[in-house]
Amino acid sequence: MAATAPVSPQEETAAPLLEIKDLHVWFELRRWGFSHAGYVKAVDGVTFNLNYGESIAVVGESGCGKSSLMKTILGINKPTGGLVRFQGRDINHFTRADWHKYRAQVGYVQQDPFGALPPFMNIHQILEEPLIVHGVKDSAERDRRVRKAMEEVRLTPADDFLQKFPHMLSGGQQQRVVIARAIILEPKIIVADEPVSMLDASVRVEILKLLRGLQQSHNLAVIYVTHDLSTVRYFSERVFVMYAGNAVEKAPILGLLRQPLHPYSLALLDATSDPDAKNALTFRELPPGEPPSLVNPPAGCRFHPRCGKMIAGLCDVEKPPEYERTPGHQVSCWLYK
Amino acid sequence: MKTIKRTFAELAQYPSAVLGLVIILIFIAISIYAVIAIPYQKAVDLWRGGEKIWYKTPKMVPPAWVNLFRAEKLPDTFSLNTLDDASLKQSTPSGEGQKISISLDFDYNYDSFPQELSLYFTSTFAKKAPFVSAVWVAPDGRETRLVDYALQSPKQTFRFSQDKKLVTRLFGKLPQEALFAIPKSDPLTPLKGKYQILLQITTFEKDSSVDVEFVQYGQVYGMAGTDHQRRDLSIALLWGMPVALSFGLIAALGTSLASMVIAAFGAWFGGWIDELIQRITEVNLVLPFLPILIMIGTFYDRSIVTILTATILLSIFGGSIKGYRAIFLQVREMPYIEAARAYGAGDARIILRYLLPRIIPLLIPALVTGIPGYVFLEASLAVLGLGDPVLPTWGKIIQDAEFNGALFNGLYYWILEPAALLMITGLAFSMLGFSLDRIFNPRLRGL
Amino acid sequence: MTTQPLLRLEDLTLHFRTGKGVVKAVDGINFDLGYKEAVVVLGESGCGKSSLAKAILRLLPRNVERYSGKVYLEGQELMALSDEEYRKQVRWVRMSMVPQAAMNALNPVLKVGDQVAEPMMVHHNVTRQQALEQAAKMFQHVGVPADFIDRYAFELSGGMRQRVAIAMALVTAPSLILLDEPTSALDVITQANIFNVLKRIKKELEISFILITHDIATSSELADRVAVMYAGQIVEVSDAASFFEEPLHPYSRMLMASVPRLRGETEPEFIIGQPPSLLDLPTGCRFADRCPLRFEKCAQEPPVTEKAGRTVKCWKYV
Repeated sequence: MAATAPVSPQEETAAPLLEIKDLHVWFELRRWGFSHAGYVKAVDGVTFNLNYGESIAVVGESGCGKSSLMKTILGINKPTGGLVRFQGRDINHFTRADWHKYRAQVGYVQQDPFGALPPFMNIHQILEEPLIVHGVKDSAERDRRVRKAMEEVRLTPADDFLQKFPHMLSGGQQQRVVIARAIILEPKIIVADEPVSMLDASVRVEILKLLRGLQQSHNLAVIYVTHDLSTVRYFSERVFVMYAGNAVEKAPILGLLRQPLHPYSLALLDATSDPDAKNALTFRELPPGEPPSLVNPPAGCRFHPRCGKMIAGLCDVEKPPEYERTPGHQVSCWLYK
Repeated sequence: MKTIKRTFAELAQYPSAVLGLVIILIFIAISIYAVIAIPYQKAVDLWRGGEKIWYKTPKMVPPAWVNLFRAEKLPDTFSLNTLDDASLKQSTPSGEGQKISISLDFDYNYDSFPQELSLYFTSTFAKKAPFVSAVWVAPDGRETRLVDYALQSPKQTFRFSQDKKLVTRLFGKLPQEALFAIPKSDPLTPLKGKYQILLQITTFEKDSSVDVEFVQYGQVYGMAGTDHQRRDLSIALLWGMPVALSFGLIAALGTSLASMVIAAFGAWFGGWIDELIQRITEVNLVLPFLPILIMIGTFYDRSIVTILTATILLSIFGGSIKGYRAIFLQVREMPYIEAARAYGAGDARIILRYLLPRIIPLLIPALVTGIPGYVFLEASLAVLGLGDPVLPTWGKIIQDAEFNGALFNGLYYWILEPAALLMITGLAFSMLGFSLDRIFNPRLRGL
Repeated sequence: MTTQPLLRLEDLTLHFRTGKGVVKAVDGINFDLGYKEAVVVLGESGCGKSSLAKAILRLLPRNVERYSGKVYLEGQELMALSDEEYRKQVRWVRMSMVPQAAMNALNPVLKVGDQVAEPMMVHHNVTRQQALEQAAKMFQHVGVPADFIDRYAFELSGGMRQRVAIAMALVTAPSLILLDEPTSALDVITQANIFNVLKRIKKELEISFILITHDIATSSELADRVAVMYAGQIVEVSDAASFFEEPLHPYSRMLMASVPRLRGETEPEFIIGQPPSLLDLPTGCRFADRCPLRFEKCAQEPPVTEKAGRTVKCWKYV
């Protein structure tokens, strides 16, 4: 199918909202500013579909490529290889106008709410910006939509906040403004990058519930990027575990929590604490070492140097394929051969 | 608007900022006054006028207010003109013409002698020239004949010191001293009191008239003193102010705005644009700034507009562009910029709405503290002989002063006046700028 | 009762002067810490927990309005010491600290080994060689490979840098270390690793900890006792076992209920409202207007009540 061919309504409903196939996002390293010095293989072969109204979580440690994946979906990074299709159309063939329309379809909630808001603009100006960029010329209409978005994130009464500057708000309120900005263009997808990791415990749940509510009431698809597995279950239906640029396990959330298959997923779960006084009495079992460099990742399974169940001659040689153990629960690990 | 109000409210807490601001406001008021009171053409004419305009002022004397600090008062400069005050003149008809008697009275209470004394005659006549005789009357009643002659031309000047007869009559002594001196005093000391110059003028035609102006060239003059061309320095001091302020402001504003915008473009687009800007800056940084300006001034044009343009062009790609770039590179990575890209803001919008506002707080203090630098630059260029050929400026006063050996001759006022104004300008802008820096950069507040 | 605590705080108070008024960051803290004990000071941002660390270690900014109360370390009253005596005898000698984001505050142009050795050379007057030997020993305790001693901070991962920061605090063999959010910027596995290190140090070096954090889940990794801080005051002190089983103070309870759990099915609940500003504190119980259990008495300041070895500042327990 030619990328620019019109998509029939039937195909639109049949195609997933977002389709990612064997996506590679590499960044070139340069020595002295020009000579080639290798690639940072931030995302190296990731495949998944995102359906309308679905919430998925991408879990992994810093440097696993989850941010690059997210920024590619946001159109900030360009894919090096593979396919990203939005409503059946390849984003590599997008025109300028297509990109502009696409950007209204994808909202972005960032990790650091204070940094995500320009400090020299008041809340009204901040929320108006996406509308101005997308050609809403009537200022009364903009004002109406700003107020509506603020109501949706429960920043009410709006008049108390409109003239304030970001630094006058609490962390939770700032993050609500960020969410309001992300939904003001009525997008189909929200990309939420660690939206609560910089907030206080008592506010975290509030923000997650707010996002969850918006997702359900607006039939939004949400990609929730986090390193904290304990918040995932209240929020997402499916979860991907990423390690060193690969998606090592994809599972329904309860499937992963009850029966993690990949040794890395298991390690992540083991490392996550619940408040329990018994924690202090024992040492935690953890995989040795640290995640590999993305410039020269290990051959075979990228987790093999840290894996207790490594099969010599296999894991360190050949990259494991994806095995489906139960429907919808896939794992890339030779243990399930 | 609110920000401006808040800034002023905060400024009020820094006494140095208030002082700086007050000085700047006074300077601006003086500048406006100068430009209105002495329009450009008049200022240029006055400054380039020469002896015709400046016949009433002494040569190279300090301002009148130095007497406030002296025990021995120096004689002031003044003139008495029958054109201004017709009551000095009494005429009685005599034959075809008239007999005019004029009495010019003045007090002399100084402790030294004037530089020079002159009588200026303005007359109208067809053939027969009026005859003038003048007598000097000292307070003790001694009379000295000054002159008896027929006027030769409609405008005629009698300079006391250059009249050989008068000098002979005063036994070879300088008339401006001998006429005021107590007889036989040694050294000569002036006799204080009321002096008179009595003139008897006879005209021989019906419509013939004569007017006289007496000028005493003192040893002090006006608010600012005079230079070697008898010009009143206050003209140049007054006019130098708007020139200096606007040169400084335009240069600082033009330079910082342009380098800010260029740095923003470079930092945002990166790649070859950034490289190009960087290389231009580096090349520009090693180019000798002053010699280039001197070359432009010597071979092309010395007008202030040319020099200003050259200054801005040469300063745009200066060190500040590197500083701005470093800040922009940091701001570029802020999450809110990423958010703006994600909702589709274009490059121009990101630069203008998101990058530049971040640097305004740094720009304003830098701008204000940068102004004196350009004011000094303009003055330095003038001292080097590259001042605007027509405009009176502070730098040119210093240049003239230096050229005429002001310091060797003890004419300190000539250099100190423009230097003090330059210094006060620098001080005012610095005081304001440093306080603004503290207000806009809260990190410095604790200091 | 008869055993002397390692650290005793009596009515410790630290107020700051700001443009908007007086910030009562630490407002009358009473608290004992035993030998070889790890206490978690739990609180949300802006509750004054970092200021408490500053008050204990006398790391004061310039705008101090009031710094009062008593700090006893092994029975010695520290407030009586001059700043110079304090610096020479206490800070980094008997008490040291791993400040917030310490791993990003390492000197980029000094080898990490030299940075760890530095406090030894300053406070124990030993040669560089001896100090480096001691640093190497500390590296072993915190699990940093011995050859890292010659590396620079930028060559180390976040987890390794945090271990180096901990080694810096340990090297002078203090009896108490304050840790301010030691793992908040780290990944899960790295966090767990750091807590393993802290547990091992506690065992091997018989050291006491004050762990300042907002993260209840990870705080349970180290805690012997838990002190909950709210709006400049400590509202509850409990032993860890009872605290994580059932907190007493309504704030502690709600805070505990807000924690999402990996194991278990309970739905987390958030606390409505915001803590009061430290500039303008209410006269009664500081949690009253967010508390679902409040009654008339809460308009007055509640006393500290002891209940089965736990203390709680709430009218409900009077």
